[in-house]
Amino acid sequence: MATLPKDLDTLENAWGPHLNRMEGIRLDTGVQPDKVVSTHCCFCGQQCGINLKVKDNVVIGFEPRYDFPFNKGMLCPKGVKRYLQGGHSDRLTSAVRRDPEAEGGFSPMKYDEAIARVASEIQRIQTTYGPDAVGVLSGASLTTEKAYLMGKFARVCLKTKYIDYNGRLCMVSAGAANKKAFGIDRSASPWDDILEAEVVLVAGSNTAECSPITTNYIWQARENGGKLIVVDPRITPIARNADIFLPVKPGRDVALFNGILNLMIENDWIDHDFINNNTVGFEAVAGHVKQWTPRKTAEVTGVAEKSIRAAAELWGRAKTSFLMHARGIEHHSHGVENVLSTINIVLASGRIGRPYCAYGTVVGQGNGQGGREHGQKADQLPGWRDISNPQHREYIASVWGVKPEEIPQAGVDCYEMMRKIDSGEIKGLINICFNPVVSLPDNAFVKRMLEKLEFFTVIDFFLSETAQYADIVLPGSLHEEDEGVVAQVEGRVIKINKAVEPPGDAKQDWRIIQDIAAALDRTHGFTFQSPREIFNELRVASKGGVADYYGITYEKIEAQNGVFWPCPAEDHPGTPRLFEPASWNSVAKGAGPFYFPDGKARFNVPAYRPPAEDVDEEYPVILTTGRVVSQFLSGTQTRRIGPLVDQYPEPRIEIHPRLAGKYGIVDGDWATAESRRGTITLRAQVVTTIRPDTIFIPYHWPGRKAANQLTIAAQDPVSKIPEFKVCAVRIRKADGPSVN
Amino acid sequence: MPVAANMEFFIDPNRCIGCQSCVAACSECDTHRGTSMIHLQYVDRPISVQTVPVICMHCDSPTCAEVCPADAIKRTGDGVVQTARKPRCIACNNCVLACPFGVPKMQAEFSLMMKCDMCYDRTSVGLKPMCASVCPSGALYFGTREQIEGERPRSESINKFQFGAQTITTKVNMMVPKDSGTQHLDVLSAMDDEPAGRSGVLDSVFDDM
Repeated sequence: MATLPKDLDTLENAWGPHLNRMEGIRLDTGVQPDKVVSTHCCFCGQQCGINLKVKDNVVIGFEPRYDFPFNKGMLCPKGVKRYLQGGHSDRLTSAVRRDPEAEGGFSPMKYDEAIARVASEIQRIQTTYGPDAVGVLSGASLTTEKAYLMGKFARVCLKTKYIDYNGRLCMVSAGAANKKAFGIDRSASPWDDILEAEVVLVAGSNTAECSPITTNYIWQARENGGKLIVVDPRITPIARNADIFLPVKPGRDVALFNGILNLMIENDWIDHDFINNNTVGFEAVAGHVKQWTPRKTAEVTGVAEKSIRAAAELWGRAKTSFLMHARGIEHHSHGVENVLSTINIVLASGRIGRPYCAYGTVVGQGNGQGGREHGQKADQLPGWRDISNPQHREYIASVWGVKPEEIPQAGVDCYEMMRKIDSGEIKGLINICFNPVVSLPDNAFVKRMLEKLEFFTVIDFFLSETAQYADIVLPGSLHEEDEGVVAQVEGRVIKINKAVEPPGDAKQDWRIIQDIAAALDRTHGFTFQSPREIFNELRVASKGGVADYYGITYEKIEAQNGVFWPCPAEDHPGTPRLFEPASWNSVAKGAGPFYFPDGKARFNVPAYRPPAEDVDEEYPVILTTGRVVSQFLSGTQTRRIGPLVDQYPEPRIEIHPRLAGKYGIVDGDWATAESRRGTITLRAQVVTTIRPDTIFIPYHWPGRKAANQLTIAAQDPVSKIPEFKVCAVRIRKADGPSVN
Repeated sequence: MPVAANMEFFIDPNRCIGCQSCVAACSECDTHRGTSMIHLQYVDRPISVQTVPVICMHCDSPTCAEVCPADAIKRTGDGVVQTARKPRCIACNNCVLACPFGVPKMQAEFSLMMKCDMCYDRTSVGLKPMCASVCPSGALYFGTREQIEGERPRSESINKFQFGAQTITTKVNMMVPKDSGTQHLDVLSAMDDEPAGRSGVLDSVFDDM
């Protein structure tokens, strides 16, 4: 019975978020650390190297890690203060169970009893309703070993087809488009290829706030003479300095890039040799984009025609370039088309697969890359294999020691899993590394679905807003309490090293999963003794797949400061740059550099569609959502770190003065934004740095401060990513904050 | 050990993204753990996202020291102006009021003026200051003149400032666009300048709606 045991204020008083600050041993400069552990930050996909200082099993501070080539000591404020997530008063140090009688709504319980209860509920639900009645939600901040184990756990131990992950909110549009265009889903180029690019085009990435380290690469390109084009509805810190700024109306990216491609073709700023020799499908795309005249493109995108022409010329005439994009163009009901439209201008330019001729997707989560490769996705098996492909099933079955027909078929995306709860197909849910109450759109629906579950268990280190709905919460591990690998933004596989032991009854997540398997008496394949053992099985499972890790070892990662996959053999150095001319890959087998049997990349026709919910007279303003630099995703960790909360304590409604003026709103006023799904009242921040037809609200907060009360659950038909970046709202001035 | 003579500090505000990583890291410094000495502010947030980080400029003739009635502020031989000495500081605020760059902070709880000492605990043993180590945009940079000239050919550094009638030279350098002819920066007139970058560019979008 997954309902909140107490009201939100009571739960918050008992379980947080409370703010951890520098105190005691962390403030004492006389304390010498017992050890300094070289590892990486726990937050975003940049995965900056960092050294953690440890004293008495507590991380007491950090030291810049100058030796890691990606960030060379640099960190954003989240990385600097990340250590304050440890030794936290909110930390779950035992299993807890839902208990409306208890003061805080949850009571501690013995770990073994909690595991036994979880197993018996899984058993009961699966016996009553069938194996698919239990679903698994997982996350891309887990190490690759854990992500691999979650996919295996769902298919082999639980025998359910219903597993999906929060990468569904992150990289799936980029991934699906990259698969369609290139046959592989990984940033094509190492970030060093930014440095000497003549043109850097950044589409839908608030780089300075969401992937701050990349800023230095972009600035360095400009020092070297490069020009910067930024596509964003807001003047973000990198847009401020852009040579060309294209303030696209949210949801109109396809139109913009089709318009640019049309100008490239008209002016013959395209690479005919590359198109003829290395691609398929150009003619169809060329025919399609003819309709996107500069005038029509300007009308649809809300960008001045002269800016579109200038951008097309700068991009078209360049000899080298780097195009990167992030959630700004991906979080749409046509996110895959948006990405394909950017890939088309890269392919038409012929500038890919060579030094400073580059393309990359800016990963969001810490293991946003590695977490999407090895089978915790609804339709995927390890090594980027396809769960519907008989040969792939057969190979993975042989690695797992099961029969191919025992592996369930594809499940559904995580939001559709919520709908499966509604329809009664899913009755029990296991959730790890995912905070859907904050991070999924239209979150009133999400909460109702969690309430409908017969049994809900969450593995987490804090009692997240989602864990508040759980029957049992199992105490998991922080990033610094375990080891394993992740793949960062460039596709570089790196090693997370353990700094401290989990406190109390808290355990490494892979142990908890295996304990559940043991309590179910389904131990086959779940007797790993270490992450290294899991990794070694993963290497074999990925062997021969597109995401081939077979040649990667922990030792090689340490020796090389990371290994870029694919790396098919132990004597293979890894692959920093994909699609190099005459390169060999496991799909084309020498036919060409791209990952299709003919070795050629694909142009895809990206048809323009407006957002699922466009503005109208009733809801005349566009809402777009995103992040701030001091918070991370659903904020489970960063809303508990004092200095980060101080930096940006509350979400605000960012609004242009000309729009604000229509409603009599001035800077600092309370303002209400209302969509067809929900209402939010926050203080207005009146700034000229946003389009006057659009408001922006960052999404890191829960409850009445949650932007996702308003957002729409429209999804891309292919990637199933939700349309976080556009919905229709109306606004008004308010007297004060709303009450719960 | 003094700070190596060839290692210099450069501020490059054009690069600043306002992330406050420097502010966060400054409070990790051993000499003032828990308190940040960096000033990072929006120039004019309603019309621009431009921000400027200010550390102590470490003046050759530090005004803060000159106005200190207790002789509490010392400049070490390697040119680093230190936080006020605790036994001497009388918390009179003279330095806070006099500094042309607004750097010193009066820490009421300690009755002590504190300021950036260029991470003396780090720079005096060959390490980079915390802020310049972590800054993800390169707006704060610690290295040799040859390094930064090689890496940033579009800019040049100046260390001369005008504050009313007072001319100030500093140990810390400010990067300015090359060939801009800038010989010095006028601290007061700079305060009246509009922030750089696209003010009003989005206003016209409204007309097309």
